[in-house]
Amino acid sequence: MPPSSDEPATTARSRPALPVGARWPDAAFRWIALLAALTIAALIVLVGWELYHGARLAVAKFGLHFLVSSTWDPVTDQYGAWPFIFGTLVSSIIALVIAVPLGVATALYLTEIAPVRIRQPIIMTIEMLAAVPSVIFGLWGIFVLIPWLRDHLFRWLQEWLGFLPIFQGRIYGVGMLAGGIIIAIMILPIVTSVSREILRSVPDLQREAAYALGATHWEVIRIAVLSYARRGVFGAAVLGLGRALGETMAVTMVIGNRPEVSASLFAPGYTLASVIANEFTEATTDLYLNSLFELGLVLVAVTMLVNILAQLMLRTLTSGASGKVN
Amino acid sequence: MTPAMTIPLPSPAHQSWRRLKNRAMSVVMLLCALAVIAPLFLVLYYLIREGATALDWSFFTQLPKPTGEVGGGMANAIVGTLVLLAMASLIGVPVGVMGGVYLAEYGSDRANYWIRFAADVLNGVPSIVWGMVVYALLVVPFKTFSAYAGGVALGLMMIPLIMRTTEEVLVLVPQGYREAALALGIARWRIIVVIVIKTALKGIITGVLVALARVAGETAPLLFTALGNNFWARSLGEPIAAMPLQIFSYAISPYDDWHRQAWAGALVLMALILAINISVRVLSRGRNFD
Amino acid sequence: MAEQTSSIPMTSLQSALPATTQEVATARPTPTEEVAFDIRDFSLWYGLRQALHNVTIQVPAQKVTAIIGPSGCGKSTFLRALNRMHELTPDTRITGSLRLFGQDLYSSVIDPTHVRRRVGMVFQKSNPFPTMSIAENVLAGLRLNGVREGKILRQRLEESLRMAALWDEVKDILGRPGIGLSGGQQQRLCIARALAVQPEVLLMDEPCSALDPLATAKIEELINELRKSYTVIIVTHNMQQAARVSDRTAFFYLGKLIEYDETRTIFMNPANPQTEAYVSGRFG
Repeated sequence: MPPSSDEPATTARSRPALPVGARWPDAAFRWIALLAALTIAALIVLVGWELYHGARLAVAKFGLHFLVSSTWDPVTDQYGAWPFIFGTLVSSIIALVIAVPLGVATALYLTEIAPVRIRQPIIMTIEMLAAVPSVIFGLWGIFVLIPWLRDHLFRWLQEWLGFLPIFQGRIYGVGMLAGGIIIAIMILPIVTSVSREILRSVPDLQREAAYALGATHWEVIRIAVLSYARRGVFGAAVLGLGRALGETMAVTMVIGNRPEVSASLFAPGYTLASVIANEFTEATTDLYLNSLFELGLVLVAVTMLVNILAQLMLRTLTSGASGKVN
Repeated sequence: MTPAMTIPLPSPAHQSWRRLKNRAMSVVMLLCALAVIAPLFLVLYYLIREGATALDWSFFTQLPKPTGEVGGGMANAIVGTLVLLAMASLIGVPVGVMGGVYLAEYGSDRANYWIRFAADVLNGVPSIVWGMVVYALLVVPFKTFSAYAGGVALGLMMIPLIMRTTEEVLVLVPQGYREAALALGIARWRIIVVIVIKTALKGIITGVLVALARVAGETAPLLFTALGNNFWARSLGEPIAAMPLQIFSYAISPYDDWHRQAWAGALVLMALILAINISVRVLSRGRNFD
Repeated sequence: MAEQTSSIPMTSLQSALPATTQEVATARPTPTEEVAFDIRDFSLWYGLRQALHNVTIQVPAQKVTAIIGPSGCGKSTFLRALNRMHELTPDTRITGSLRLFGQDLYSSVIDPTHVRRRVGMVFQKSNPFPTMSIAENVLAGLRLNGVREGKILRQRLEESLRMAALWDEVKDILGRPGIGLSGGQQQRLCIARALAVQPEVLLMDEPCSALDPLATAKIEELINELRKSYTVIIVTHNMQQAARVSDRTAFFYLGKLIEYDETRTIFMNPANPQTEAYVSGRFG
């Protein structure tokens, strides 16, 4: 910068040159920061490597058949992932079916209808719900939710809708439906808050267009808000699915932990995360442990795919400096 | 007047149907909102009802009694959780903060985009997988479950969380601060440490606390790293008790007294997490630039 | 401002009234002219801030009335009060009376949605519904009002698009998304959408401000045609536009109606010095 009369006397040329040695702190600092940032990449590689390495025996022995086989027998050392894939998918889908409509409706309530003064308390309550650890939901699930489900809701469902195969069969209380319900409770906060962001981004001009045609408030929501926000809401649902897939503790405590594939939602089930949690430390043979690692590999692969899909969908919609949707 | 009406005016019946639908949907949405917040109150209610009665001095000071015996406490689990959180912070905070510094202050747009993306992906990895990874990394080679392994598992989980939150707050520091300092000839690293980080310190601490609240309740990563311990861990190279682990094993046990203690432990754990969240809120209120 | 009250519609005389600005000889409205909006002493508050002060004005039917004034003078607020759109903002209230063809629009027995069906609106920035096709956009209002019969819908679709001078351009692509059209076409689509429900009045809030001169010209031509069947009230910050399209002009300033007269008069020899200062560009 050329010196001017009212600038201080120091310029690029007249500033005392730093001795070369004194520049190293800058470089070192930068390197440390870079290394720290690169640990992210290292961690992804680590996770992938350890899972693959830990699963190699099972991968070698069972191949792709692992994914469709229903046998899970430590005695004969035969393992298959299908009951757990089934359990994970079914419980997650149940959770979505419950949580997405509830979450979107709540988000609509918060953005369109609720009086301004009660919005913040409700939002804070939902955030607190997100802070409750999985194991505490599980505890509450075992001693509060399950008895109620067993004695009331499930009985009612079997009585009125028992003609459907999904509501037939013996009611234990614990089971697939219970697992789905508790996952639903846990993913409600993220689905609601992301949906809220999406709905808030609908331009007012769209709402006004509908109002100006003589639409009622609900019609405005239906025509102008929900249609506009369709894609974003779908992204929120996918994000919720990603969360649901990885839920471990609460599910383990209420799903019954039996590797069955059944048509009934009242039957016990088993998810990928649950079987790993329950049997990891009991794995007696190497093949057993490797099979559990392979289950972990499947779980991570599916979860990562779903999460990447959700990130991609939401990143294009809510353009903010941080695409963080936690 | 306007051209002859070729469309029928909406009948009064239709109009009231529309009005009715409008009201009904508002009610439905309100009910959904109530259904969403209800579980929190239900959980808190039972936590307090079941847990408060089980809390007494012995809970905080005694070790678990042998299986089946009544009484005892969770002193080791409480201390264990604190120890694990401290170890996790030792890993998670420096790496996370420095990583956030890199994303905010250095790097190219493209590289940073991918690092952020990767961090978000890592945030979505199920916590049990972290347990498996650290098991293979630290438990198998040393042939023992340990507090180290548990702390590392939790710490690794904290890294992507803290990295993103740190980056977010550092980016908010006005560029003018940096430029003014640069013009004075201050070294870049000094600027970042003394000026930028210091300005954003509250936000960084908030991010760390949020991450802590998150991992404090995690059970799955500890299942095969820290494993749990019914006694005091004599060194960090041994299995160590932690509250979530204790709550879990008590909850699924057949003993009523252990159930009672599980509730008590859950209440204490929830109180800890709530305390952290409240301090986050208190800190956030005084933010300067938002 | 000499206003005559006319509460008896004289439909038979409509065709006798001059339709364009150039043909107006006198400055005063004739007693037989029908009044669309009869507004007396109308005030509007946003919370504690009064945005409109005791506005009294009679807007004639089947004419184009322009509302001009500097930014923040309340012209948009006034326009939105005509179809109760200001009620979307919380904490607003009004006093005074506002009647459309004799009916009090703010009476407690009137449903605002009903008002908005009778008084249509086109906005500054075109806002077709992005997830709907061109046809669906036009018919959105009709469907809301329960019109289901395919024949009527198709007929209305073509009529509205013709009235908006858009039919020829889109008749083969009715299934395409509404937002695929150009800016000017989108605005005409919004006009068609507003006209489809057969409103009695069409409000236009600076409809051309986001458009290029060519598109603007098309829409001004359209307004000229629309006056034959609709009462049009247009807010514009472009005085030349007001002079081109309107029969009457109202000048607002700081929430008050300063002057209201035949457009020629407002621009050639306004009575009020403030009006004169504004139209000659000395402020605004």
